[in-house]
Amino acid sequence: MRRSTPGQTVGPFYHYALPYPGDHTLVPPGSANAIRFHGTVIDGAGDPVPDALLEIWQPAPDGSVVRRAGSLHRDGFTFTGWGRASTDTTGHFSFSTLRPGGPDAFFAVTVFARGLLDRLFTRAYLPSPEPAPFLKGVDAERRGTLIAVAEPQGFRFDIRLQGDGETVFLNFGTDER
Amino acid sequence: MSSQPSDAAAGTQAEISAEMAEIDKTHTSTGHARPQPVLNYPPYRSSILRHPTKDLHHADPEEIERWAPCFGPQDVGALEADLTVQHPGEPIGERIEVTGRIRDGAGRPVAGQLVEIWQANAAGRYIHQRDQHPAPIDPNFTGVGRCLSDAEGRYRFTTIRPGPYPWKNHRNAWRPAHIHFSLFGTDFTQRLITQMYFPGDPLLALDPIYRSITDARDRELLVARYDHEVTRPQWSTGYRWDIVLTGPHRTRFEEDDA
Ligand SMILES: [Fe+3]
Repeated sequence: MRRSTPGQTVGPFYHYALPYPGDHTLVPPGSANAIRFHGTVIDGAGDPVPDALLEIWQPAPDGSVVRRAGSLHRDGFTFTGWGRASTDTTGHFSFSTLRPGGPDAFFAVTVFARGLLDRLFTRAYLPSPEPAPFLKGVDAERRGTLIAVAEPQGFRFDIRLQGDGETVFLNFGTDER
Repeated sequence: MSSQPSDAAAGTQAEISAEMAEIDKTHTSTGHARPQPVLNYPPYRSSILRHPTKDLHHADPEEIERWAPCFGPQDVGALEADLTVQHPGEPIGERIEVTGRIRDGAGRPVAGQLVEIWQANAAGRYIHQRDQHPAPIDPNFTGVGRCLSDAEGRYRFTTIRPGPYPWKNHRNAWRPAHIHFSLFGTDFTQRLITQMYFPGDPLLALDPIYRSITDARDRELLVARYDHEVTRPQWSTGYRWDIVLTGPHRTRFEEDDA
């Protein structure tokens, strides 16, 4: 394997570059079966992180992996499974999307922020009476950080970068040198 | 407590440089490999409250994570790769080409994937509300570009060489000139946002964001090289910067199968 190019922080000035119209609306809000996937990003002092950027990548409601272009110029009809949202001044992000399908379904989530030197990966599993096999391998006290909370309109998923209730972040075996 | 220290509270460059040297020494003497960059890197003050304190949890990628989002020609306009033609007039500064190849860890080209860049103008100023650096805005330069990599994994941008800019990490802190890059691979797990730097920049040694990659062989991977073959006569100087993503987890067989 070659040495891979290291990451760097997204920095404070991505707002005029990475966000784009429709970035966080994988489906139009209010359309059939649209759900909200949202939450707050919190730092080690318990303060909201107003300059974080999140991306989600998910299967379609039938569990299939969507392989359709059009995430940057959404036509309002094509579900691409991918979206991007910046946090607002209260550290809150929100997506309008569809429920991910398949057994043990989750939203794959990437977190970027000023102050965060490299991206972080995590998963937001849908709540289920029987935890996914992967979750059974996570410390019981921390497992809950990987499970979204059901709400009438969708799911809430808060992300704690550090400290009490620190979110479990994932390593896919790609970060070791 | 604010996570962004005020100038008054901040240390000097000499103090920051001493902290960075100390961390380098510890990492060299203990010799064990770390993820790069180091997420807990106190010389970069904003990292103090924003790095996870627990080890990353190992996960084998599930099906969705072994695929990456798709982008296509409908997502990116042909002119978006030239940051010098987005306004009626010519932007001020040194016109440059930046090109290179994107490959995965096995050396395979990453084809047809989205590349996004953003940067300061020649004076070191971003078109961003929160950038208060008293340097001129260039009405003919926004500093945002996109392209799709070609079949060989090549990307290419025409832009203006960005200037260095001050920031508030410590007293008299300056970021080396850089272009922010956002990249996707063929797997979700290859997602990368990073910064490309310019060769010979004396600010690199002073910069805690660059130095958070404590292995010199690794951080030098972020420095482009001047390439006269990329330079265009009577038009622009040229830089080459190749990018290697991790992985992938997915095999070519699965790709062909899909
Ligand atoms: Fe920057």
